[in-house]
Amino acid sequence: MSTTTIAVLIEHRGGEVAQPSLEALTLARTLGEPVAVWLGSEVLADAANLLGEYGATEVRVANIGDDARHPARAAAAVVTATGDADTLLMVSTFVNKEIATRVAMVTGAGVVVDAAGAQVVDGKVEAFKTVFAATWNVRCRVETDKAIIALRPNTTQAVSIGAEAVAPTIVDVETDLPEALETVTKVEPVPPSEGVPLAEAAVVVAGGRGTGGDYTLVREMADLLGGAVGASRDATDEGWISHEHMVGQTGTTVTPALYVACGISGAVHHRGGMQASGTVVAINMDPDAPIFEICDFGVVGSLFDVLPQAMETIRAHREG
Amino acid sequence: MRILVTVKWVPDLQSQRSFTDGAVTRVAEDGTMNELDENAVEAALQLVEEHGGEVYALTVGPADAHAAVRKALQLGAHHAIHVSDEQIAGSDVFATARVLAGAIQKVHDEEPLDMVITGMGALDGLTSMLPTALAVHLGWSQLSLASSLEVADGKATIVRHLPDAHETVEAPLPAVVSVTDEANKPRYPNFKLIMAARKAEVPTWSLEDIGVDPLTAGVAGSRTTVVDASPRPPRENVQIVTDTGEGGSTLAEYLIERGLA
Repeated sequence: MSTTTIAVLIEHRGGEVAQPSLEALTLARTLGEPVAVWLGSEVLADAANLLGEYGATEVRVANIGDDARHPARAAAAVVTATGDADTLLMVSTFVNKEIATRVAMVTGAGVVVDAAGAQVVDGKVEAFKTVFAATWNVRCRVETDKAIIALRPNTTQAVSIGAEAVAPTIVDVETDLPEALETVTKVEPVPPSEGVPLAEAAVVVAGGRGTGGDYTLVREMADLLGGAVGASRDATDEGWISHEHMVGQTGTTVTPALYVACGISGAVHHRGGMQASGTVVAINMDPDAPIFEICDFGVVGSLFDVLPQAMETIRAHREG
Repeated sequence: MRILVTVKWVPDLQSQRSFTDGAVTRVAEDGTMNELDENAVEAALQLVEEHGGEVYALTVGPADAHAAVRKALQLGAHHAIHVSDEQIAGSDVFATARVLAGAIQKVHDEEPLDMVITGMGALDGLTSMLPTALAVHLGWSQLSLASSLEVADGKATIVRHLPDAHETVEAPLPAVVSVTDEANKPRYPNFKLIMAARKAEVPTWSLEDIGVDPLTAGVAGSRTTVVDASPRPPRENVQIVTDTGEGGSTLAEYLIERGLA
């Protein structure tokens, strides 16, 4: 089956490959022979070699510049670059869902987004996902010959191929971009937050109403654990922290190895964005908070007492 | 302006949601209009309040799904349409888009629409793929994930918040626009509208009425099927402690033991 070409649309920022794309390449190796698709800019040697280390034999580059921000144009480039691939993997983001849909409308592919994994059964691609605020597991089969699977970050562990890795061949893809009806008139970059992006973080420490707007301890705990800072809808609505930090079905969905919910009651919208996380820890004053129904370890108490003591104990352990 | 809002009938978020034979179990008692569609209805109402015009609410689904468009009427939509046909059952997002596009085209052919507004996703499946598929079917421009929406001079302009940038995007009408839950604060139904919605006539259209080939809808027109669905097992060995002075260190020890800190 290694003759099947599996195209992987690579996420990159500032020329560097995003971790979830390495996870997608790792999964792609179990389905066939991965080739990487790079949109928007030239690919630097370091990035190409990294893709090779995770199994890409080829990097197909569609250097379409800022048109990569335009879903219809990005989709056209992807269609051109992946004609020979029966399966296309990408990272599940809102923008990629648009690209996936547009590609599928051209190629007839069946699509599963927010997937947590994929396999081939009797020649058909099947993908796993969770639904209903991550309370159900479902397995979806793609009935069409072509499949597009958008994979959630942190659902496959990225593993390099080690010594077998070779530098992939770089192939330039020429593409005729369609006339677009939509015009992007302004782009205000969001300064990247320090550390790992929320969606990709292995540890997320999130604060809600119980912080009262003071994120000092939440940030300190996140720093200590090498994680990203999350927030509930309540907190972003209050303006305590920016929308980019919101964990939930309409914000960022996260699946870290460890999720620490501080002063978050656990409304269904929030749970849907984090319930598939590995270990869930909750700190809340209210013993009846719904978050305690879905956690592995809960502390009924004030985060202003619990977090400083926990951090002190962790620091002492590390020094000891 | 003539605006059509697509609304979805989904199981209530607080209910016990489940699967039957590869499809979401839908029963009348706990069905409701998808919460994120309230933002779409609100966006449409605000535009017609500013520019004049009327709002259509459209849903597709079994007999009970009319409850979704009635909710839209309660909020202030002027007309409602329900597409219902046994052959639609089991539709994936592509088959659903084809059915909705057929119904939208029928309304548009009678008198042109300026815009279709959708929510950012449905809180049951949340694939967020539908608006794009609709725009491609209709051949209209698409503006997605609007956290604000304005219309002037035959153009719609939105701002959308992506993780790496805030973009301003404009497109000529007619357009398919999806709005996020940041876009507005949905109003509550008022008594007069609730009474009127109860009596309002909601036409039911079949696939034949909207000229959609049954082979392109339902299971026959779907590209993916759910082959297995099961509730996730509850977490095991759950520990809840009450902080009486040692809560923080107990938590730290839990994390250290598991190699998480």
